[in-house]
This record gives sequence, C-alpha cells and structure tokens, in this order.
Amino acid sequence: MTKTLAKRGLLLIATLLLVTILAFVAFSIIPGDPTSSILGVEATAEQIAALRSKLGLDLPIWQRYLQWLGGLLTGDLGESYNYAMPVGELLSTCVTHTLTLAGLAFVLIVVLAIPLGILSARHEGGVVDRVLTILNQITMSVPNFVAGILLVYVFGLVLRLFRPGAIVTPQNGWGPYLWYMLFPALAVALPRAAMTVKMLRGSILSELGQDYIRTAYSKGNSKSSALWRHVLRNAMIPVVTFLAMTVADIMAGSIVVEQVFGIPGLGKMLVTSIGNRDYPVVQAIVVLIATVVVVCNFAADLLYRVMDPRLRGR
Amino acid sequence: MRQHNWYGRLGVALTVLMVGFAGVGMFWTPYEPTAMVGADKYAAPSLAHPFGCDQLGRDILSRTMEGAGSTLMIALAVLAIGFVAGLLIGALCGYYGGVVDALVMRLSDALAAFPSILLALVVLAVIGPGKYNVIGALGVLFIPSFARLVRGEFLKYRDRDFVRSAKLMGVPDGRILFVHILPNTWPVLLSGLTIGFNNAVLAEASMSYLSIGVTAPDVSLGRMLNEAQGVWSTAPWCMLCPALVVVLTILGVSMLGEGLRERMAA
Repeated sequence: MTKTLAKRGLLLIATLLLVTILAFVAFSIIPGDPTSSILGVEATAEQIAALRSKLGLDLPIWQRYLQWLGGLLTGDLGESYNYAMPVGELLSTCVTHTLTLAGLAFVLIVVLAIPLGILSARHEGGVVDRVLTILNQITMSVPNFVAGILLVYVFGLVLRLFRPGAIVTPQNGWGPYLWYMLFPALAVALPRAAMTVKMLRGSILSELGQDYIRTAYSKGNSKSSALWRHVLRNAMIPVVTFLAMTVADIMAGSIVVEQVFGIPGLGKMLVTSIGNRDYPVVQAIVVLIATVVVVCNFAADLLYRVMDPRLRGR
Repeated sequence: MRQHNWYGRLGVALTVLMVGFAGVGMFWTPYEPTAMVGADKYAAPSLAHPFGCDQLGRDILSRTMEGAGSTLMIALAVLAIGFVAGLLIGALCGYYGGVVDALVMRLSDALAAFPSILLALVVLAVIGPGKYNVIGALGVLFIPSFARLVRGEFLKYRDRDFVRSAKLMGVPDGRILFVHILPNTWPVLLSGLTIGFNNAVLAEASMSYLSIGVTAPDVSLGRMLNEAQGVWSTAPWCMLCPALVVVLTILGVSMLGEGLRERMAA
C-alpha cells in the first residue's frame, strides 16, 4: 500500500506539473503583448520596454515559467493586469463562492442520486422504476445552465424564494449563504445526479445477478438484507469512480451556472478575465480548477483501493 | 428486448424531428430571422408568432430554426474533426501499442484532468471567439476521448483469429485496420458518436451562452439563451423555444444511443 501510495503520489505531482506547463505555455504563445492592453496604443518604446522588464516578459520562457511556478508554490499568483492587485487577493472570495457551490452540488448529487438509484433498482420494472427512468432521461438532457435559467425563472422570478442577481456572502451568515447557493448547486447537480442514478441502478442490477447474491438468498437473507449488506458495498465501487469523474463536470458546470445566477465566483472571473486578456488571472484560475479535479481524482483512486480489497496490492 | 424497442424508436423519431427542424431552418424560416419589426417588440406568443418575439421584434421561432441549424452544423463539424483524428490515432495506438501508445494515452489522461469546457474556454481565450474557432477548439478537444474509445476497440480485436489469419495471408496493415477490424467496431463507435454529438451541442451552447463562443451575426442556440436571459423578466417566452430545442435534441440523440446499445446487448 505504501508503495502504491508513493507511486500514485508521484503521478499526481507529474500531472499537476504538466497542468501548470500547459496553462503557462498556452498563454505565452499568444500573439500580441499584454503591455499594449495595459499601456494603450500610444505608449512609447521606452515605456513598453520598462513595463516588459517589470512584468518579466523580457526573460526566456523557461525562466519565466520557473519564476511563475515558484510563485505558485509560495502562494504568489502574480498580479492582475486589469485590477492592479495580487491575483491571490482578487481570487480569494471567488474561490469561496465556487468551492461552496461545487461542494454543495456534490452533496446534492450524492443525497439525491443514491437513494433514488437504490429505489429504482429495488423496484426494477415496476411503476416507480419506470417513472424514475423516464424522469431521469429527461433530466439528463437538460443542460445545467438551462436548468439554472428555469430555476431562476420559477423560484426567483415567479415564486420569489430568492432574489436573482443579489449577492450573498458568508458574512451574511451561513444559513442565508447556503440558501443562496442551493438553487445554483441544484442546477449544477441535476443532470449529473440523473446520470448517477442510472449508473447506480445498473450497477446494483448487475451485482444482484451474481452468484454470491444467490448464496446470500439461500442462507436465508431477505431481499433488503442482501441488498444492504452485500450488494451495495460492491455496487458502490464503480459509482465512486463515476462520482470522482463528475468533479470535473461539477467544476465546469459551476463556471457556466455562476453566470446564470450572477455569482461572482471563479467562473465569472474567468469569463471576465478572458474578455480582458488578463492572463495571470486566467492562468491562476485554470491551475486552481485543474488542481481541484486532479486531487479529487487522486482521492477517489485511494478510496477505490480501500473499498475494493482486490486492488490493494496493486 | 421488445419492450425496450420503443425507447430507441422514440429516440429516432425525436432525432429526425429535431434534425428536420434545424435542416429546414437552413433554407426556410417563417420570417426573416434578422427582420426587426418595431411593433412586435416583446410580442407574446400568438398565432402569428407561436413563440413570441424578442426585444428587437424578431420572430423567435425563425431565429431558433436558424440557430438550431448553426448549432447542428457546429456539432457535426466538431464530431467530424474529433472522430476522424480520434479514429486514426486510436486505431494505430490500439493496433500497434508500444511507447507511442503509452505516451499518447498519458497525454490524454492529463488532458482529461481539465474539464473540457474549461479547456475550450482557454483555447478560445488564446485564439479568439467565433464560429470557426469554436469548431476548431472543440474538434481538437474531442480527439482524446474518441481516440481512447477507438483504441479500446482495436485492442480487443488485435489478437482475434480473423485478424491473425489475415496477417498470415499477407493482408497489408492498412487493410486489416480499416477493412477487417473497423466494421466490427461500428456498433460501439456509433453509440460513442451519439454521446459525442450531445457533448458537442452542450459545449457549443454553453460557450455561446457565456458569450465566448459563436459571435454576432451568427446565431446559435446558446447565444439566443444568453440574449433571452437579459430580457427574461419582461419576455420570459424568449428562452422557451431555444431551451426546448436544446433539450429535445439532446434527449432524442441520447435515446437513440441508448436504443443502439440495447440492440447491441440483445
């Protein structure tokens, strides 16, 4: 296990390094110079040269990369071109919003999908299962931002359960904050939750057909005890992997859904910064999001090994 | 199996309907999609304008038809790039294996760490928005997933007897790959294509919704939803038609794919 852990850990670090290289190189090969967007077109050659050396743009690319990476590791994310403030400071509130939104969405997916998946599988072929399957198929087909638009319309504009566009922060108290995040999180969660239900249902049904379940029945287990004590443990394994993969989609979903609800999170900042060609900010956001995804996948991989003893040695 | 057939059939019907809607929209729309009629500003749905009019008095149905056509063409172009390149890379990697295969697969693992929308946004940030850039960015980003799918399938058939005997008979590798192995993989690849199509529609719509995708004067479903959101307290019907078309298209194609998988399993 220690050896596996070390190997996986190294792979994690290698992936993260690759992520930083990709994020850095992508924005270094862009034609055009950030100095012209900062200084305007009327800048003199001296002004440009001075700013270039201040921003470190006159150094070779690998040196700039190492400087940037060193900064990243010590928590210095550089300075925003547009807001003239450190990127770290600029992003700190955005990060809270996005991570809360994504975290809440993940919780919603688990809370909604696992009971519904079990329910659907238990009543396979019955009315409940059929209704759920149809609802599921429809929910899966609604893109998260369309779900968001519908939620804002129904719960915000018609039922007035929240005020669309109003911004709530943790300073307003966690109760109101979570309530504020609930609908966006639901928008992010719904399509994914539907996919998870489908996945879990399939997984349980295929486990129910296995020999060890027949043995469990023959030893006098009822359907529910076979399900709870034997099936779920195994049926959850592929679902955990699937849930880990959804982290990437939840992060992507948050980027889009923040725009629907006007939440000033990473997604909104990303879109604004792309528009402003504020590359230090874009780079930092890309690395942040990719890091969250990579680390979650790493955690899921470990969890997978804990859940499935057959994999522990590998 | 019989009871599941309705699923695939409904999928085919919906897909044909939505593709027809978009296809007709490329040649004919009830009104000129760009015609602005002052008197029809914010017109609510009526017999003349079944889905109402937008803030400039343009007919929503006509605009949605045109937008659906453009979204459809983008999705198909993205699939064409992603699938053809993915097929070539995946087939070669799966069949030959080796160092190149290992490298390509690691690279695709690393790319999978980024949410695809995020990557697409970054690429568009670098190359700028617009219809063709969206196609290029998404097309390239779709290559790894197709390559992976194709690779798995070719790996499965690599050591089958019919491939070995073809090899012994001196059939050239290119022919083995694309005449002997490829036809066996179609069922899986087709169902992969339906998923890819939906992802492409979704990606284009999301990006254009974020206004980093298709730009004016091109219309797309995502752009319409973006515009509709700006006026939704005055004219909520603006979003109904484009939203419905996105959902029904994805629903139809995913049911079609589901039907395909059921058929393969049967």
